[in-house]
Amino acid sequence: MDFLKQNSIFALVAQRLSFGLLTLFIISLLIFIGVEALPGDFAEAILGQSATAETVEAFRQELNLDQPPVQRYFSWLGGFVQGDLGTSLANGRPIADLLGWRFKNTIFLASIAALIAVPLAVIMGIAAALYRNTFFDKVLSMTSLSMISFPEFFMAYILIALFSVKLAWFPSIANINEQMSFAAKLNAVVLPALTLTLVVMAHMMRQTRAAIINILSSPFIEMANLKGLNRLRVVVLHAFPNALSPVINVIALNLAYLVVGVVIVEVVFVYPGLGQLLVDSVSKRDIPVVQASGLIFAATYILLNLIADILSIISNPRLRNPR
Amino acid sequence: MIYLEQLKKLFSEGKLSRREFMERAAMLGVVMAGSQAFFARQSLAAPSQPKRGGRLRLGLSGGSTTDVLDPAQITDTMMRVMLYGAMGNNLVEIDHKNTAVPELAESWEATPGAKKWIFKLRKGVEFHNGKTMDADDIIYSLNHHRAEGTKSGAKVLVDSIVAIKKDDPHTIIFELESGNADFPYVLSDYHLVVGPEGTDFKDGVFTGAYVVKEFEPGVRGFLTRNPNYFKSDRGWFDEIEVLGISDVNARTNALKTGQIDVMNRCELKTVHLMKRMPGINIMQQNGNKHYTFAMHTDVAPYNNNDVRLALKYGINREQLVKTILRGYGTVGNDHPISMSNPYFAKDLPQRQYDPDKARFHLKKAGLEKQEFSLHVADSAYVGAVDAGVLYKEQAGKAGINIKVVREPNDGYWSNVWLKKPFCAVYWGGRPTADMMFSTAYAKGVPWNDSHWDNQRFNELLVIARAEMDEKKRATMYAEMQQIVRDDGGVIIPMFSADLSAATDKIDHNELGATWELDGCQAPERWWFKG
Repeated sequence: MDFLKQNSIFALVAQRLSFGLLTLFIISLLIFIGVEALPGDFAEAILGQSATAETVEAFRQELNLDQPPVQRYFSWLGGFVQGDLGTSLANGRPIADLLGWRFKNTIFLASIAALIAVPLAVIMGIAAALYRNTFFDKVLSMTSLSMISFPEFFMAYILIALFSVKLAWFPSIANINEQMSFAAKLNAVVLPALTLTLVVMAHMMRQTRAAIINILSSPFIEMANLKGLNRLRVVVLHAFPNALSPVINVIALNLAYLVVGVVIVEVVFVYPGLGQLLVDSVSKRDIPVVQASGLIFAATYILLNLIADILSIISNPRLRNPR
Repeated sequence: MIYLEQLKKLFSEGKLSRREFMERAAMLGVVMAGSQAFFARQSLAAPSQPKRGGRLRLGLSGGSTTDVLDPAQITDTMMRVMLYGAMGNNLVEIDHKNTAVPELAESWEATPGAKKWIFKLRKGVEFHNGKTMDADDIIYSLNHHRAEGTKSGAKVLVDSIVAIKKDDPHTIIFELESGNADFPYVLSDYHLVVGPEGTDFKDGVFTGAYVVKEFEPGVRGFLTRNPNYFKSDRGWFDEIEVLGISDVNARTNALKTGQIDVMNRCELKTVHLMKRMPGINIMQQNGNKHYTFAMHTDVAPYNNNDVRLALKYGINREQLVKTILRGYGTVGNDHPISMSNPYFAKDLPQRQYDPDKARFHLKKAGLEKQEFSLHVADSAYVGAVDAGVLYKEQAGKAGINIKVVREPNDGYWSNVWLKKPFCAVYWGGRPTADMMFSTAYAKGVPWNDSHWDNQRFNELLVIARAEMDEKKRATMYAEMQQIVRDDGGVIIPMFSADLSAATDKIDHNELGATWELDGCQAPERWWFKG
């Protein structure tokens, strides 16, 4: 039985991973076609107003941009499957070097934000379900919905105006670098992490609340109530474990958002993550960099969704033991 | 008026704040027409004694993760400040009066006719790697922009050099295609930073006041003082930190909270609020930067000068400066020479918005029903789309029917500029009248974005270029400005000022206006007050 159970999960993981690889391939193709379809190429984008026919030609020849797109795509793909991300068209640096430390920074910020947001959202969601339709529940809903309705940069500016300009508690720009100590880095990312927390919390909180309330109308909860258990125990021990599956899915989506959707927050706080690199690379048509960062983002989504699925299966006995 | 003089004196001595000064002047009923100029001068009236030390932190717009340390590929301000302003030097420097002064050169002279130039080099200049600079390094660095297959943005500039010869290790002879009295200015171009012979320009080895320690493109550059710098009266800071901050609010907040000392490109909408903040100085430079609408003069209907004049009379320059530039700029007179240029034609009457004249010229051309498609995008310049729409309204009052076509920002310079017969253009401007005219108004040059060909103008251009007598030159340039104004295919409604801000702990001499931030030389020229 145990073996079978594991086996089914392994089979699922293997299947999902292979689908994931296929998705990545399609995405790389889409990114390439997309960037190709934009007007202008790298040489023209870099030279801008000062482009002349000769200098543009010189760029194109050196960077093989004069070759047909199909050939360029497959030579990129050939390198990529061998683990060679290639070099940036713009400065000739290996892309692995460009991405490595930025990805670390992005993950750092995302983790801090997740460490604050996820527990807070789940606890508040449970509390809202516990006291549903009370004044407390409504205030919670309203605040979190307002937070999510404001654009991120607006929330960011409000936080900066309050905590940085007025109170001078935290720095307004989070340009962390290698020389900084961990504590200094932590201090620098407080405001961006808070901004992200406010943005992602509402979604997770409301999903938790809705899932629990949904479970609360089930017969076995009524049974628990009839047994005379107190409400907290019913919600936390009986309802919540059964509501885990949808909650995990929403958390996974929001974690992915923390990694891939932070471009604006990065720009506002001057945080050296992947977002700014991607934006610059797209505007300069630096295709290999766009490809690599695009694939990192896509892989993040795929992996987090996969983990979410596995966790939901493990948390749900019915999915764990399919009949 | 005597009281006003007293006020000015009190203000200069710091006994009155700017606000108090303005209030009292207002009480006098004095309209401070020249107040902007007065403050600009005043804040620099008595710079403190330069002092060594400190870390200058600049938060700059105009950096990109695609930047490189090769000066040939400088595209924007962050690299201009780092390479041209802090790490490197040119043969020639432009000072705050817009004059070419020796930098790596010691002196220069031209043969009559200005076709041959002999440059004496400064002795004892050391590169950051310890090599002593000589003629070979200069020639190598210039050939970087001249060689076959170069990717340099300065190729067009150095194309006029036919040959560079080394006379002795400290003398170089340039031979030009044709006489050019302004040749030293050419060598001050920001691409032409000098590196050691054999360098690939990727290691950041130059001769400048600061040595690169860390560089992450578009993010951060960290430089330390070069102890062997050849100028003893420059490069006052111990360290320079250049941060790429593309968001204007982030820059403003960082300056407000003391995380940076200097920012560029203040937001026009909010700069009046910044001016009121204690501890922050706003610096306005009225330079050569101008915004234009270019028409192809060889394409109908723009090949008819009456059409061009109608379109020139149909634009309200004051309103554009007030609305698009929020007052931080000056009106243009349909020629590209700015007021800060010594050859600016002061006596040339300013063209005014005149719907009647516009209507007259349009009628003369017989094109009252014509629709003029004006192609714009905000990548031409910030506010270009708004400027186009505003222009459409103004011209509409003169019966001119302009259709504003919004183009995508991406690829604007390759697909719209020089391609569409009527479009919005940005010009950073050039330090000399000749460079500006030769780049964009001479017959047949690649960036002549109006395809303009005026015989008298082209003749004058060549004669004036080689003319060494200042007076005669000035007369010729005045005439050329008039020809461009009355016959040219470019509407030049406004010159835009550069706005930057710094903490009041920083001091500097009078600002150079060739580029923002004191000609991008802030790291070398500025210092912290004692």
